[in-house]
Amino acid sequence: MAPMWDPLQTAVIVASLVVAVGSLLYVVPDRRPDRWLVAAVGVVQVLLVAQLVIGVVQVVEGVPEGVSTATFLGYLVGLVIALPAGVWWARGEPSRAGTGVLLVVLVVVPVLVVRLQQIWDPVLV
Amino acid sequence: MSEPSPDQLPDQPSTQPARTSGGLGRVLIAVYAVFAVAATGRSSIQLATHASEAPVPYALSALAGVVYVAATLGLARRGAVWRRVAWIAVSVELVGVIGVGIVSVVHADWFPDDTVWSVFGQGYGYLPLVLPFLGIAWLLRTRAPR
Repeated sequence: MAPMWDPLQTAVIVASLVVAVGSLLYVVPDRRPDRWLVAAVGVVQVLLVAQLVIGVVQVVEGVPEGVSTATFLGYLVGLVIALPAGVWWARGEPSRAGTGVLLVVLVVVPVLVVRLQQIWDPVLV
Repeated sequence: MSEPSPDQLPDQPSTQPARTSGGLGRVLIAVYAVFAVAATGRSSIQLATHASEAPVPYALSALAGVVYVAATLGLARRGAVWRRVAWIAVSVELVGVIGVGIVSVVHADWFPDDTVWSVFGQGYGYLPLVLPFLGIAWLLRTRAPR
């Protein structure tokens, strides 16, 4: 059984952290998210959707012994919902706090991806 | 800080409590929402798949989930009733994380599986211990001026 497709997880983590640093550059001078920042978030989201598809395919092919399918799928789905929810919640805020919301979600995403890998391959814990 | 304080927002008469969902509150609510999803997700799976193995931690996980959902909604919505919901939620949260934290250290054998609040939220970078204080601080900061 192949492990989670590691290059994709690495790409998600790096992209999310890069955009997180980018959003920090918006927070400091009190800037709201603009279309460039939202587009960058969209790039991370595309990677997360790809991860969901690949993850579901892996589940269909067979889950390794001792891996909780429900938890694994829960993380995959949660990761796809996180950024759109963050963008939606940030939109209503007329200050830098909106960018702060995106920053929080962009930091949470890599943590969830690491947990996702640990769920699939408990040896990584 | 150049940003206006929340209780000076134009749509709020000055004798009313400020919105809890503006400014920094918005970031705080986002963090609460993450924990609401994490705790309810965790407890749903625990209860659905192996409820009988560790009933105490799983019941506490479910309680934590309800508390985080209530805190998220209480802070995100306007009005005195939701403010009260937020107060109750963050108070239960504070008691819960400290109480469960102490018990899980003293009586580790009662916790064969972890909850969000085990060892003061260790599995979540101790954020569950910090969060109720932030929630209380924000509710105090946004209350009606006297």
